Amino acid sequence: MNKLTLQTLRPDLAIIQDWVKPGSLVFDLGCGEGTLLRYLMDNKNVRGYGLEINADKITAAVANGVNVVEQDLNFGLRNYKDSSVDTIIMTQALQAVERPDELLDEMLRVGDEAIVTFPNFGHWRTRWYLTARGRMPMSETLPHAWYNTPNIHLCTMTDFEELCASKNIRVLHKTVVDSEHHENWAIRLWPTLLGEIAIYHLTRRTL
Amino acid sequence: MPEVIPADSVGLVTPQVHHFDQPLTLRSGRVLPEYDLVYETYGQLNANRSNAVLICHALSGDHHAAGYHSMEDRKPGWWDNAIGPGKPIDTNHFFVVALNNLGGCAGSTGPTSINPQTGKQYGPEFPIVAVRDWVNSQARLADALGIEQWAAVVGGSLGGMQVLRWSIQFPERLRHAVVIASAPKLSAQNIAFNEVARQAIAKDPDFHDGYYHDYNTIPKVGLTQARMLGHLTYLSEDAMRQKFGRELREGKLNFSFAPEFQVESYLHYQGEKFSTRFDANTYMLMTKALDYFDPSADYNHDLVECLSHAKCSYLVMSFTTDWRFSPKRSKEIVDALMEANKNVSYACIESDDGHDAFLLPIERYHQVLSAYLKRVAVEVGAKA
Repeated sequence: MNKLTLQTLRPDLAIIQDWVKPGSLVFDLGCGEGTLLRYLMDNKNVRGYGLEINADKITAAVANGVNVVEQDLNFGLRNYKDSSVDTIIMTQALQAVERPDELLDEMLRVGDEAIVTFPNFGHWRTRWYLTARGRMPMSETLPHAWYNTPNIHLCTMTDFEELCASKNIRVLHKTVVDSEHHENWAIRLWPTLLGEIAIYHLTRRTL
Repeated sequence: MPEVIPADSVGLVTPQVHHFDQPLTLRSGRVLPEYDLVYETYGQLNANRSNAVLICHALSGDHHAAGYHSMEDRKPGWWDNAIGPGKPIDTNHFFVVALNNLGGCAGSTGPTSINPQTGKQYGPEFPIVAVRDWVNSQARLADALGIEQWAAVVGGSLGGMQVLRWSIQFPERLRHAVVIASAPKLSAQNIAFNEVARQAIAKDPDFHDGYYHDYNTIPKVGLTQARMLGHLTYLSEDAMRQKFGRELREGKLNFSFAPEFQVESYLHYQGEKFSTRFDANTYMLMTKALDYFDPSADYNHDLVECLSHAKCSYLVMSFTTDWRFSPKRSKEIVDALMEANKNVSYACIESDDGHDAFLLPIERYHQVLSAYLKRVAVEVGAKA
């Protein structure tokens, strides 16, 4: 794999990397082939571990030279101690776990900060799809049919923020991007309606 | 016998013996005044001496890990499916060293060797060796071969325990540790299995307290029973069901106590085959080394503290149906390594083959091992 630069990194990951402190300890839940971790190791001197369940992705991550540990996220993070990690990242996987609320608690128990991304079910096209067609929305970000989708806990940005508020989780940063993972002025203006992928930087720490 | 040596085989190999005349003080406090280690090597040591890989064998393994000793050999070495040109432990990149451990019965000094002080076979008087003693002797072999630092030390089961031990005993002398189907220490259940096996041997009337050589006999019955028990704990229930089911040898019940089910005759066959090739005293002491292994004991039983002394990176692997060294035990190692801030990757391989899986060419297993060792080859400049 060629060495990634900030320019060649997927735009949502480029946003995320900016929120990770240099030299910190990072977990990437559902790390895939370890692309983000590799970038953070090479460019921000980060120490990191990826947790992954997919066999081929684990092999690819090993080939990529990142630490990857086979673990089912539905098992939680109970094998890790409180506040033992600086930042725990989970991109596009929160909606696929059995209990997103419990995993979010776990992420902020083990990690001081968390970064999560998920498909925003409140995007205007999703709303329109359901309203106009009366069928479960499908899109580039949500390509599966209702019966075989891994995305079993979809939510809107408003839903998510309500959950965070109920758990006293503070939002440090948030941003949204389109399905190509780009930001633009319109999305910034009306994120809950125009953003397809929501990106949150969270903590339970008080100021 | 191989008609032709396969292209991805290391080919014909000749074991070598190194004699060590420096005394080795063992964990027990006893001293081996001198000893031999028998070993094989595959591939070429590069100019920087940076591409050496050590293979640590398990309970009944030896130095013959790959290739053939002669064109008459029925089978290649015990890990031939993983070691060779283009295989996961790629001899195009690595200089691979495999040895028979002290106390073994395949050529290294052990119970069947002559004790220079008495002129007689050691027999049961051969000192009980611990995993750390093996690692010390392996380090001396590395010295003899001019290997300052291993690119990787690799082993499964009891071999994996040696790898763990290496990483804390000689942190500077290995870059990578590959620990397969192993455990940070045996469970009570595991020790219990070993004790039943040892008792089967010890209670065989032909054992003579280990002095069977003096009586020109071997405890064949006891060793057969020990191996039958061991063998069945290396298989999974599913593997046994698939392999034998309830199949009968003669297709009908004979209402006798002779072996009637296929699984019974299979175990008898395996046990008997083993009992003539393996030395009973070696079996006794190898199982003791397994039982005694507990590196964290020296660190207040804190595995994290123990492993924090390591400097290498780790690859840990386990197999889903392995109940003798279950994935949970491997995960203990991984969790402790993560807490100790060590580089570690872990894969739990789907397999029906129980503990035996670590010796089999399972596709995903070999893919992960291969991917990891390719990185190692690049890192150490294997081709330089």
